[in-house]
Amino acid sequence: MVSIKKIYMFYIDGFKNMKLGKTLWKIIFIKLFIILVILKYFVHDTNFKTEYKTDIEKSNFVYENLKGK
Amino acid sequence: MEEHLVDWSRAQFALTALYHWLFVPLTLGLGFIVAIMETIYVKTGSEFWKKTTKFWMGLFAINFAIGVATGIIMEFEFGTNWANYSWFVGDIFGAPLAIEGILAFFMESTFFAVMFFGWNKVGKKFHLLSTWLVAIGSNLSALWILVANGWMQYPVGMRFNPDTVRNEMLDFWQVLLSPVAVSKFLHTIGSGFVMASLFVVGVSAWYLLKNRDIKFAKNSMLVGATFGLVTSLFLVLSGDEAAHQMAHKQPVKLAAMEGLYEGEHGAGLVVFGVLNPNKTVANDEHEFLFDIEVPYILSILGYHELNAYVPGLKDLVYGNKEQGIMSVEEKMAKGKIAIASLEAYKEAKKAEDAQKAHNARVLLEENMPYFGYGHIKAPEDVVPPVETTFYAFHIMVYLGGWFLTLFALVLFLLTKKDILEYRLVLWAALWSIPLGYIAGEAGWIVAEVGRQPWAIQDLMPVGIAATHISSTSVMISFALFAVLFTTLLIAEIKIMTTQIKIGPEGGH
Repeated sequence: MVSIKKIYMFYIDGFKNMKLGKTLWKIIFIKLFIILVILKYFVHDTNFKTEYKTDIEKSNFVYENLKGK
Repeated sequence: MEEHLVDWSRAQFALTALYHWLFVPLTLGLGFIVAIMETIYVKTGSEFWKKTTKFWMGLFAINFAIGVATGIIMEFEFGTNWANYSWFVGDIFGAPLAIEGILAFFMESTFFAVMFFGWNKVGKKFHLLSTWLVAIGSNLSALWILVANGWMQYPVGMRFNPDTVRNEMLDFWQVLLSPVAVSKFLHTIGSGFVMASLFVVGVSAWYLLKNRDIKFAKNSMLVGATFGLVTSLFLVLSGDEAAHQMAHKQPVKLAAMEGLYEGEHGAGLVVFGVLNPNKTVANDEHEFLFDIEVPYILSILGYHELNAYVPGLKDLVYGNKEQGIMSVEEKMAKGKIAIASLEAYKEAKKAEDAQKAHNARVLLEENMPYFGYGHIKAPEDVVPPVETTFYAFHIMVYLGGWFLTLFALVLFLLTKKDILEYRLVLWAALWSIPLGYIAGEAGWIVAEVGRQPWAIQDLMPVGIAATHISSTSVMISFALFAVLFTTLLIAEIKIMTTQIKIGPEGGH
């Protein structure tokens, strides 16, 4: 319990004393929001996994593209 | 599949990968340089080295923070733009990427906190260990990505399952220790080490040009130039191994890199050349408008033999019986048999005809190494863009040679002369920072453009790998990514230059 508190305080103190780090974390969060929310759900919203739910559907789709046309 | 769409999907992936590679190499190399500086601090107990370490660690953090997660977009693109490819590669690609996420990333991020928050809170040795582990962790992340890329260049350790229409891993170690993957990993991280050395030497040169923080700049430069010289030599060796592997596994790429159309014994290396824009594999025009060649070197690099035969693009496209080289037309015929066998297998399974299914599967497995050729329309289509590959390769080599010279010169001036008096060298060191990035990107252009038209060498061309989606949506997302990455790059340069101007005496 003591060591968990120590680790917790280690991080809390670390984050509190950051200078440049605060700006960097802001950039990381904004970037992650853009990538994981905006791009994932609005740009890459339709993808292979959302279009074809089961492995059989997926393999049939790829098979149709692979076979001679 | 319309070519326009495939080209836009390729352009989008190229944009993402090229931008991603602007952030990665500095992380790969600067981690080790910082760890070396901290080791000097722990050994000497000097506060000067602690301050020096903390300054470069700050710049490492900026680059890491801006660059982290930019690779995730490529994974989205696999699902959206390259669905056929992402299914076909199966768990071969998934396994290394999963290991990268679980092992390397967590190792990196756990010790990252100790590295930045742990000064004066944990023991010196534990802090130093954390710094080394962050550096190693970053490079381990790269290992798994490059293993996946190496598999695309030289697919081994798997078997195609016609029931699931995907490749299944048979031998993890064969995938991991594939000679192409190993040489790719070593050469790529080597380029990151050199890039980071150029960064440290260049930024230090800026301080010297400004006549400030002299002791700090000279000592940083000494570490950077030493690391740079050693890793440049390593880069030459790993590049030699990469060329050797390429000669055996991707001879078309090697021929394109050298603009070699006609195969020859004792082939020379083109030191400088201007390609003839009218030259194609189908005509007899001369390859170069002008060229300077050093005899035998290409044979030595590719096959470690003075008089070895290096096949040219004509041999590789039209075949050369004397040298035992199969023509693309023959490979196309085998590829078509593979595709027809896959169809026959599927039909037989549907009809529950076990014997027919067995026969079709045997034929498929026999011809599977040529599967991708079944989708190639004309033999000449397997030739990659020769101009792009040739010039990118030569730019990379020239710059690599320049960096080696620069590090040696800087070390000489630092130890034997007063480098402050050699302002031209200091300016050259500063302007070599962008050149390092150009060299790294050129290397990737050689690796990826040089293996076109393949998404997976010999098994899947890019036209088949791509998903049939609206090209307008690809163009819109291309523009979005360009804006996002350019914004990140501007942020990185702005924050980095601000910190550099503050200098080692400023806060972190």
